[in-house]
Amino acid sequence: MEVYSINHLRELEAESIFVIREVVAQFERPVMLFSGGKDSIVMFHLAWKAFHPLKVPFPLMHIDTGHNFEETIKYRDNLAEKFGTRLIVKYVQDSINNGRAIEEKGLNASRNVLQTVTLLDAIEEMKFDCALGGGRRDEEKARAKERFFSHRDEFGQWDPKNQRPELWNLFCGAKHMGEHFRVFPISNWTEMDVWQYILKENIEMPSLYFTHERDVFCRDGSWMASAPFMQLKPNEKVEKKKVRCRTIGDITCTGVTLSKANSLEDIIQEVAASRVTERGSRADDKRSEAAMEDRKREGYF
Amino acid sequence: MSGKEHGYLDMELLRFTTAGSVDDGKSTLIGRLLYDSKAIFEDQMEALEQASISRGGKEVNLALLTDGLRAEREQGITIDVAYRYFATPKRKFIIADTPGHIQYTRNMVTGASTANAAVILVDARNGVIEQTRRHAYIAALLNIPHILVCVNKMDLVDFSEEVFERIKEDFVDVASRLDNQDIHFLPISAKLGDNVVDPSNNMSWYKGDTFLGLLEALPVGQDWNLKDPRFPVQYVIRPITDEYHDYRGYAGRVASGVFRVGQKVAILPGGLKTTIEAIDFAGKSLDYAFPPQSVTIRLTDEIDVSRGSMIVDADNQPQQSQEIDLMVCWLNEKPLVVRGKYQLKHNSNELRCIVTEVKYKVNINTTEEIHDDLSVGLNQIARITIKTTKPLFFDPYKKNRDTGSLILIDEGTNNVVGAGMIL
Repeated sequence: MEVYSINHLRELEAESIFVIREVVAQFERPVMLFSGGKDSIVMFHLAWKAFHPLKVPFPLMHIDTGHNFEETIKYRDNLAEKFGTRLIVKYVQDSINNGRAIEEKGLNASRNVLQTVTLLDAIEEMKFDCALGGGRRDEEKARAKERFFSHRDEFGQWDPKNQRPELWNLFCGAKHMGEHFRVFPISNWTEMDVWQYILKENIEMPSLYFTHERDVFCRDGSWMASAPFMQLKPNEKVEKKKVRCRTIGDITCTGVTLSKANSLEDIIQEVAASRVTERGSRADDKRSEAAMEDRKREGYF
Repeated sequence: MSGKEHGYLDMELLRFTTAGSVDDGKSTLIGRLLYDSKAIFEDQMEALEQASISRGGKEVNLALLTDGLRAEREQGITIDVAYRYFATPKRKFIIADTPGHIQYTRNMVTGASTANAAVILVDARNGVIEQTRRHAYIAALLNIPHILVCVNKMDLVDFSEEVFERIKEDFVDVASRLDNQDIHFLPISAKLGDNVVDPSNNMSWYKGDTFLGLLEALPVGQDWNLKDPRFPVQYVIRPITDEYHDYRGYAGRVASGVFRVGQKVAILPGGLKTTIEAIDFAGKSLDYAFPPQSVTIRLTDEIDVSRGSMIVDADNQPQQSQEIDLMVCWLNEKPLVVRGKYQLKHNSNELRCIVTEVKYKVNINTTEEIHDDLSVGLNQIARITIKTTKPLFFDPYKKNRDTGSLILIDEGTNNVVGAGMIL
């Protein structure tokens, strides 16, 4: 007997693929932002499915803060090679060197915010008219109001109070010269959906997401990975712990969680039982109540 | 990819919209649902407590959870549609939470456009008021398959069955003038939790499902149109590699109906007939495809097919016309211009149109037609006629939400200014 229903993962997949195909049909020079985190990995997998047997018809771009987990870079390069996709890497260090960005100082210094400068410069320089991002609406309250097709003015800014209405499956990418769009194909996915899908599709993941022993220290109640460019406060000390990353970003602002999860099934159980959001240990969001909105207005991912 | 998959990986997806104003307890209801289903986390709760206290509140203000923008928090109002997510072991839910004030009809329409169900809150003390009629009208206009009428604050009317029954009758009276689909009524107290997740001890006279129980039980699988095969072509896949030298696939999402390998189809525009050779998805071959699947269709004959074309069943074709009657909800401060030209988007088709006539406006509080004032401004709903530069292939919106909907775009600002439902 034929079945005419699909489960939530397949429905989300179909929606995301629809959105990615719309991007390629509506824009001349799209690019996919790729950080090496689970959301961008899933987004790339969806793009691969959307166009098979055609190669993914746009390049990947990584805005590299220089403060990476090594595994992420290795994973990124392998993926680009395996799928024959062009990879563009833009360095925050270059923006600092040429005076476009100014390095933050102090203990909580991070290059997270500086990425916006590098990103907007890259979009302008390479004339991209659309950047696909792995942002999800459940991640953060400002993102809950984000469109799939999000319009950016010629300064790369987001105007949350004046967004274009988005109805049915009708996505409007019309724009003037110099403006661009950010498109978020996995807007409707939750952290749980992402992990369930990774399991279902058997997608290879960076080892950072699974339990491993690492030098860490505790800051304001969150565990942080230790790295040469991180400054410690006097009362903080580095210890070895069994941890895993719940999100992967710049080391300076990505916390790790104490965890023994070493399979996708373990991770799914952990996510199901968790009482803290995945961004709960993201120092970049804790700067103020509207930290994410402020960064997004400026042109952040 | 079709068929059943097991365990927690096998949930259905239900999208619902909620509309309500500041005082009807909508935020409390959603907050409770999210909290009881563990979709609110400790760090969010902490942030919420801090934010509530810093604004001088004594209790945790759950509205701050959905009002994510700085301006919303400062003004204590909801500006835009907020999307929220939660899951139970049975279903994954997407809530499009929209403000219910008349100024925000635009947002209600937006939230309703993708919803399987609409939740309409009625304050038990006030009964069916203007706002209730407005919400019911929009839910009917947007053809939302299921309506849940929650009579809230039952604790403030002594959990009276009589009050509930009277409100139910009043609503049925409103709904009978619309053509609403599947309507459910339930008495709740969002504040105390009666009939939200757990059955109420205070209202033993109510024998129906709780709010969550209903959300889990609504038959969403039947909401898709499986009768009329429509496949708008989004993109043509031509790899031109050695391995796939002659591959030519038409990528798109099944809007409605079922497509099978071997099926006789027609290609619009033109109407040339051919047969489906294969249905591909990510390296696999499917025997059939149905909504809302995204697939790639290959045809036996080489025909001119491009973005904007539509693959349809040879014996079941949509209407074609350049003159179209529709209901429009106006979404922009700049009013509709009669004889004005607009960019139009319908499925994967983009073309231009001219608004030839405004037939009447609708008073959305009374659902009465207005014939003496035909100016159509922001948040107003009207019946109009448009003429397009080339024929549109469509079905009436009531039969097909995908091929029956369109948007109008201002050619100067590129803003989406009108949401159209074809009659």
